[in-house]
Amino acid sequence: MTVRTVVTGVAVAAPNGLGTEDYWKAVLAGQNGISELVRFDATGYPSRLAGQILDFEAKDHIPSRLLPQTDVSTRYAIAAAGWALEDAAVGPDTLPDYDMGVSLSTAQGGFEFTHQEFQKLWSKGPEYVSVYESFAWFYAVNTGQVSIRNAMRGPGIALVGEQAGGLDVVGHARRVIRRGTRLVVSGGVDSALDPWGYTSQLSGGLVSTVDDPARAYLPFDRAASGHVPGEGGAVLVLEDAGSARDRGAPKVWGEIAGYAATFDPRPGSGLPPGLRRAAELALADAGLEPGDIDVVFADAAGSTAGDRAEADAIREVFGPRGVAVTAPKASIGRLCAGGGPVDLATALLSIRDGVVPATAHTSDVPEEYGIDLVTGEPRTLAVRAALVLGRGRWGFNSAVVVTAG
Amino acid sequence: MATMEIDDLRRILVACAGEDDGIDLTGEIEDSTFQELGYDSLALMESAARITQEYGVVLPDEAVSDAATPRTVLAAVNSMVTAAA
Amino acid sequence: MNRRVVITGIGVRAPGGSGVKAFWDLLTAGRTATRRISHFDASPFRSRIAGEVDFDAPAEGFSPREIRRMDRATQFAVACTRDAVADSGLDMSALDPHRIGVSLGSAVASATSLENEYLVMSDAGKDWLVDPGYLSPHMADYLSPGIMPAEVAWTVGAQGPVTMVSDGCTSGLDSVGYAVQLIREGTVDTVVAGASDTPISPIVVACFDAIKATTPRNDDPEHASRPFDGSRTGFVLAEGAAMFVLEEYGAAVARGAEIYAEVTGYATRCNAYHMTGLKKDGREMAEAIRVALDEARLDPTGIDYVNAHGSGTKQNDRHETAAFKRSLGDHAYRVPVSSIKSMVGHSLGAIGSIEIAASLLAIKHNVVPPTANLHTPDPECDLDYVPLTAREQRVDTVLSVGSGFGGFQSAIVLRRPEGVSA
Repeated sequence: MTVRTVVTGVAVAAPNGLGTEDYWKAVLAGQNGISELVRFDATGYPSRLAGQILDFEAKDHIPSRLLPQTDVSTRYAIAAAGWALEDAAVGPDTLPDYDMGVSLSTAQGGFEFTHQEFQKLWSKGPEYVSVYESFAWFYAVNTGQVSIRNAMRGPGIALVGEQAGGLDVVGHARRVIRRGTRLVVSGGVDSALDPWGYTSQLSGGLVSTVDDPARAYLPFDRAASGHVPGEGGAVLVLEDAGSARDRGAPKVWGEIAGYAATFDPRPGSGLPPGLRRAAELALADAGLEPGDIDVVFADAAGSTAGDRAEADAIREVFGPRGVAVTAPKASIGRLCAGGGPVDLATALLSIRDGVVPATAHTSDVPEEYGIDLVTGEPRTLAVRAALVLGRGRWGFNSAVVVTAG
Repeated sequence: MATMEIDDLRRILVACAGEDDGIDLTGEIEDSTFQELGYDSLALMESAARITQEYGVVLPDEAVSDAATPRTVLAAVNSMVTAAA
Repeated sequence: MNRRVVITGIGVRAPGGSGVKAFWDLLTAGRTATRRISHFDASPFRSRIAGEVDFDAPAEGFSPREIRRMDRATQFAVACTRDAVADSGLDMSALDPHRIGVSLGSAVASATSLENEYLVMSDAGKDWLVDPGYLSPHMADYLSPGIMPAEVAWTVGAQGPVTMVSDGCTSGLDSVGYAVQLIREGTVDTVVAGASDTPISPIVVACFDAIKATTPRNDDPEHASRPFDGSRTGFVLAEGAAMFVLEEYGAAVARGAEIYAEVTGYATRCNAYHMTGLKKDGREMAEAIRVALDEARLDPTGIDYVNAHGSGTKQNDRHETAAFKRSLGDHAYRVPVSSIKSMVGHSLGAIGSIEIAASLLAIKHNVVPPTANLHTPDPECDLDYVPLTAREQRVDTVLSVGSGFGGFQSAIVLRRPEGVSA
């Protein structure tokens, strides 16, 4: 019999809330985490908005010894992993070291840190480059730091798959647990809001140039104009259900019941995109029918083409207006590898409290999309099962089904 | 070039590698090994690079090993600073 | 479902010659391909040597648009993918695209392209507030390099799971391990897997300079990479790629494919010790080896050759030697252990896959590649490292290991399938 993978710890570090409960309150209240950039003077830049975490005092959350060697994104990862483990009541001695693994995603690495080192190298010389640059930048940094900080010596991995990678690592964590590791810390964070990182995100052509924080990122709205880059993410503690019970885990948030990933055909091929197939495969993997799903957390590209494609996929799987759909990321921006894990955390909160948050700011959904988007106010709804979708630029599609367990 | 005092070294260590939660760097640290002060080889390499930038002297690897102490580092730096003057 | 997974195609771009044949000729001759850095003026740097690949994109068949679209690391991966598919004899277009996956490893992905764009946007480091007017349309892809596995997927028409595994210097082992799991669990039947890294750029050279991990033996580039030798002073940075076609065993047999090896075991562990340091005892690498052997249902004595990480840093070579003794017992002293990094350098995430390629060829040809430049072993490295000269011997089973920053320790077991003649 296949091992069940349950979530026993959750932590969110998002632009509108630091910590799971603060985030949840902010999301339900429709509090906007998108604002004018404060990290640098973006006057003259084509876009000037971001989903920024403004209340994270690194020294309050990270040991002093780690501050000089970590990028802001790694600090979020270390802090969130600590909160998630606290939520799960897991310490370094709760389980044998080899029974705890780490599976985290970042798509941008320690970018602000590396920007500083690039500048030192080119403006001052090689001898000014920090010894920490050799690891503070690369994509594996968060997995390594979280493993070290929490004495986890089981399997470790870092996956990069743009916005879909944050769901892929959770799918992989479940695989690792099925192969015998009792606990895996999983999720993702990203941050690239220094001038170079932010500008680089603009080059995809998908970032909104609207300068009103309440109008720039309007997924599924007729006025959709692109997305707003954000920072942060979420970390989950996943466990073998039997093992969690045996150690007396204080709570079970839910179960990672299904997962699938697909890739779109080559652009211009005329073949259908892979999101619908990812959703269907994840449902099949969970042993559920479309009618069993109470809410879909959409990828929510915020571009007309991307929204339409996703609406098509949702409608084809669930029928016209066949399921509640929401995109809480509308109030925090797209967090790259952090986006999927935040949606998973939000889905688990919806399961816990029987309420689905609204898609902030979106009000005018084209009729032909045929989706029942939760707008305006949160919707009271008993949630037993949720489908979380994630897409990455160039064709990554991932889908995770979470259930009440 | 100015000589290096213990407060300078303390500032460089904290800037380059932070400080261990359980260790009081403000006390008498001159004769504690860097290992006892919570600094590993990476921390010391970063600090040595900063010393080079500020004082213009290149410390040999063994002078900044985790078995070295603030006193030996200060002596090494200041002897080189003096020699260069 | 626990299906068996075999490797049926190889593509390699490594220093010292293009393609599998040149690569194997170099290794078996014990020749080295490390040289003075030519990609940029390395004179201000501590370590000025590298294993560079002579790669001519137009001659490799890349069109002008492909060359614009794909950065060097992506070109390497795609060139190797084309070779691997051709080598496998598999008609990818005849397969169900939904049942094909991609697992690409890379440690620093588009680092070189990032640096090139940085120079323009910052005007050579002058401006912290980079000028968006000089933004390249590819910059988002260099920042978040999903385009690399995407290009591989488009090359073979894959529409199953596509991902990049980025575990630093074990990426090239872990990407293959990831692929094996996808096929075993039944998610897909075919995966194009491997790794590519092209890190020979000023920022990467500078960051390894800073921690003195790379060798400063600049006066003697050909003999600079000296794993296990008492005179070693660090690794030699390199670039390269290797890609493979992995298939479900039954499908490969049914189509009469030439099988290089079955992947019978794979495991990875974290040391949770230090981002760059290694404990002397090799405990976690030994555990990864033990679990991989266990999965392969193999006793240590069943290993014919160990393809070592052998980076040539003092701490790695001792750590690894301890790990072999800890996991293999007395057999550690009998089994040949060698490091091809002595010849092709250390291409970060790519090298794990390049070493798998060497291991597969060792099985195919029954030859153990040597450790070049090994004249006087470090007394603490007292195993049979196959110094200088390749060794003809029966090779049915290879253990290949990797170790990387972040504490990653990985091991993979490759075995000639029964019924395939030696």
